[in-house]
Amino acid sequence: MEKLKPRDEADCLEIVKWAVADKKPLEIVSGGTKRGYGRPVEAAALADVSGLSGISLYEPEELVMTARPGTPLAEIEKTLHANNQELAFEPADYSKIYGKRGGSATLGGILAGNISGPRRIKAGAARDHFLGLRAVSGRGEIFKAGGRVVKNVTGYDLCKILCGSWGTLAILTEVTVKVLPAGQRILTVIVSGLSDSDATNAMAAAMGSSFEVSGAAYIPADVSIKSATDGAIAAIRVEGTGPSVSYRAAGLAEMLKPAGDCRIEKTGDSRAFWRSVRDAEFFTEHRDRPLWRVSVAPMSGPDVVATLRGQADIRAVYDWAGGLVWIEFSSEAGDDAGAGIVRDAVRPHGGHATLVRADDGVRRKTDIFHPQDAALAGVTSRLKDGFDPERILNPGRMYRTV
Amino acid sequence: MNSAPEQAVSLDQHSALEMPELDVDILGRRNEIIRDLRALVPGEGVISETSEMRVYESDGLTAYRQLPFVVVLPETVEQVSAVLRYCHKTGLKVVPRGAGTSLSGGALPLGDGVLLGLAKFNRILDIDYANRTATVQPGVTNLAITKAVEGRGFYYAPDPSSQIACTIGGNVAENSGGVHCLKYGLTTNNILGLQLVLITGEIINIGGKHLDSDGYDLLGLLTGSEGLLGVITEVTVRILREPETARAMIIGFPSSEDAGACVGSIIGAGIIAGGMEMMDRPAIHAADEFAQAGYPLDVEALLIVELDGPEAEVTDLIGRVEEIADANNASNVQVSQNEPERQKFWAGRKAAFPAIGRISPDYYCMDGTIPRHQLPKVLARMRELSEKYGLGVANVFHAGDGNLHPLIMYDSNVPGELEAAEDFGADILRLCVEVGGVLTGEHGVGVEKRDLMPEMFSETDLDHQQRVKCAFDADGLLNPGKVFPTLHRCAELGRIHIHGGKIPFPDIPRF
Ligand SMILES: Cc1cc2nc3c(=O)[nH]c(=O)nc-3n(C[C@H](O)[C@H](O)[C@H](O)COP(=O)(O)OP(=O)(O)OC[C@H]3O[C@@H](n4cnc5c(N)ncnc54)[C@H](O)[C@@H]3O)c2cc1C
Repeated sequence: MEKLKPRDEADCLEIVKWAVADKKPLEIVSGGTKRGYGRPVEAAALADVSGLSGISLYEPEELVMTARPGTPLAEIEKTLHANNQELAFEPADYSKIYGKRGGSATLGGILAGNISGPRRIKAGAARDHFLGLRAVSGRGEIFKAGGRVVKNVTGYDLCKILCGSWGTLAILTEVTVKVLPAGQRILTVIVSGLSDSDATNAMAAAMGSSFEVSGAAYIPADVSIKSATDGAIAAIRVEGTGPSVSYRAAGLAEMLKPAGDCRIEKTGDSRAFWRSVRDAEFFTEHRDRPLWRVSVAPMSGPDVVATLRGQADIRAVYDWAGGLVWIEFSSEAGDDAGAGIVRDAVRPHGGHATLVRADDGVRRKTDIFHPQDAALAGVTSRLKDGFDPERILNPGRMYRTV
Repeated sequence: MNSAPEQAVSLDQHSALEMPELDVDILGRRNEIIRDLRALVPGEGVISETSEMRVYESDGLTAYRQLPFVVVLPETVEQVSAVLRYCHKTGLKVVPRGAGTSLSGGALPLGDGVLLGLAKFNRILDIDYANRTATVQPGVTNLAITKAVEGRGFYYAPDPSSQIACTIGGNVAENSGGVHCLKYGLTTNNILGLQLVLITGEIINIGGKHLDSDGYDLLGLLTGSEGLLGVITEVTVRILREPETARAMIIGFPSSEDAGACVGSIIGAGIIAGGMEMMDRPAIHAADEFAQAGYPLDVEALLIVELDGPEAEVTDLIGRVEEIADANNASNVQVSQNEPERQKFWAGRKAAFPAIGRISPDYYCMDGTIPRHQLPKVLARMRELSEKYGLGVANVFHAGDGNLHPLIMYDSNVPGELEAAEDFGADILRLCVEVGGVLTGEHGVGVEKRDLMPEMFSETDLDHQQRVKCAFDADGLLNPGKVFPTLHRCAELGRIHIHGGKIPFPDIPRF
């Protein structure tokens, strides 16, 4: 297989033109940390775009940064940190769930997957911070969309549809993101000993309060973590400036006291804990086990899990106040990695389930992304036609014929 | 019934705006079409009398008028679906309309098209406090959502100044903003789900009460698509708990440069205010006279900064903003002491458009966004342009996010002034693009900025956008003549211009 390493946009353009002309499907990788996410791509050549790297514009007072998509997240975060800023959607690094070393995720990969961490519930997703782009579409043409300002309704918001398109529409060559001041202090209110549904109620109460919660996760007792050994915990995070954070954490603890034992964890411990929630580190040990990422209305999380617990041997962790559920099956999940029962459990609630980890054989045969009905699938396929009619960019990564 | 439709876009003594050519065949079949539509939407749902259609002939951009071919007001999603399926089969154009407050002519009717009004879709379907969502029909007004949930201490964040009148469907179609966008986002950041009817009549559900799309983010794509991709028949929004306290400050400056620098320093200090608005001298005077907001009148620029959150935090931040303001030459600082006073500070800003309407026979509201540090340059150039065109301009500015609303004052009874105002406006928008900004921050392209799109986008850029249109509406029946300066046929856009046989890139590194 041809393995190419473009240095810039012009190289990307040339590669795509060749791929279109010679009908050679391309697999696009950047940091390569999420190659296990999605269906295996059957490509004739590999284009590694991690060489398109570097921050080209950063104006802290304008809350904006432009970078080439191969720029390592670590570099972006270091630069932002020096100015007390951050990517507020809290990009996650899923490397470890695939047995890879962390730290090589790139900004482009994060945007292509729309990967957001616990702060998603307060600050929005990656897609909400993606302001502008340049890209090479599967037609072998360079185009741009969006801009460098937050408020912009000039034409269709193509950033939104490229975000989360997993490289199936275009190769990003430059991206502009919104950046925000970072909270200087973090406190986490921990409520122990709650059941799944009591924890979800507690998280809903916290989210419905005016305490500006920036993370709400529940770790059931059967999931071991390093930082806490006291059984099931619901964790509620507040961030910001000194007095405000103490006040809000105390207010939450007071409010949640009737639900269970409350304690407040300090900044240092909190950071490590939320990193493990962000990166799904609870599920890094048994990499032969299928792992699902389920997005439902927050109050539906426990019901989906209860339904599945009745049918299979699973372990679950809840983020996004119950709206994001990670579900790991034991090794006996069956040929479809549990797809049938997971989607049956999700269906009555609305939402979607993505198979994040499974072996290649299973991934080839199973719907990794949530199956779409005919009308929606039609739109998806026609959008693909618009950007990549020859199906040369990551073909099949999301859906068989896309 | 049966009155002949006006055959040309009649524009208030206005330079001609080119709209899609009228379909003579459709015009000739008017009676038959009206009869068919009546069968689909019985009762009062089809309006064809000229006198009754008059109210629909323009939207908030009143310089442009066009009587619709026929008005249809469906009540159910099944009716919307049946009407669109019929239009698709018949080759009949469709213009969706909410409350008609668009400032870019997005809801301007077509002489050979159905004006599809969503006003009857005015029910709130579900409020779910535990999941913090509200599901409503598209004709529900923006403010009605907040009204429905405020009893429990919740609200819907985006708050366009037109919020009493404008509909959530229109907000989604325009990706509307408001004065709290910097901290709480635009419409696109605050909606979770949509029900959409395609021009084929197919009904699709996008998102719901959960977060993020698993496939392509159609929710994001639809938001701001200006009625060109489908008709929205249901919207699920995120509702938020009201902050514990909110206080507003008004800060006067001897120059716009100082005010602009102050905004930069506040953000640079890591403070994201709930709202940060700026007005220049003409706007301050007009707004204060209109709303008795208590603004200082001896300043060149005024900032309204709203801080919200826990009491302790707000008090702390007010102190810090005061220091920053002093360091930036503020001549005058007032802090609201109670809720009525906070409301009063905002009343002037929120009434800025009508306030200008009172001091000038007509005004033309622009909506460019610029990188904030370019403000002094843009204001200086605007003053030059104002002299060149001989027209006054007042500026209100969503300062936190760089969204400018220059209000150009003119008198449509003076020959040539409307044209001058339009040329002036176009020059301002070109300037916004030139300094790294965009043509429209929140009002949409519509017909108004359509022909300026090439200032910002190349033909290839626009073709990539138009192919999105093709994925939803290959025949171009939904709201044609808006957003895109030239409509290419989808078949033409589909062609690929690359031929095989080339030896690939000897220079590109392999690994
Ligand atoms: C005084 C005044 C102040 C304003 N202030 C602001 C402001 O602060 N911020 C801001 O962002 N805007 C503002 N606006 C602009 C305007 O109110 C917004 O664009 C609003 O969202 C339009 O809503 P509407 O219901 O009136 O839509 P309409 O004007 O009826 O339609 C707008 C567009 O949406 C489409 N559309 C409407 N409903 C649907 C539907 N159900 N499905 C598909 N397409 C649909 C139409 O085809 C059209 O393209 C202001 C307008 C006025 C007159």
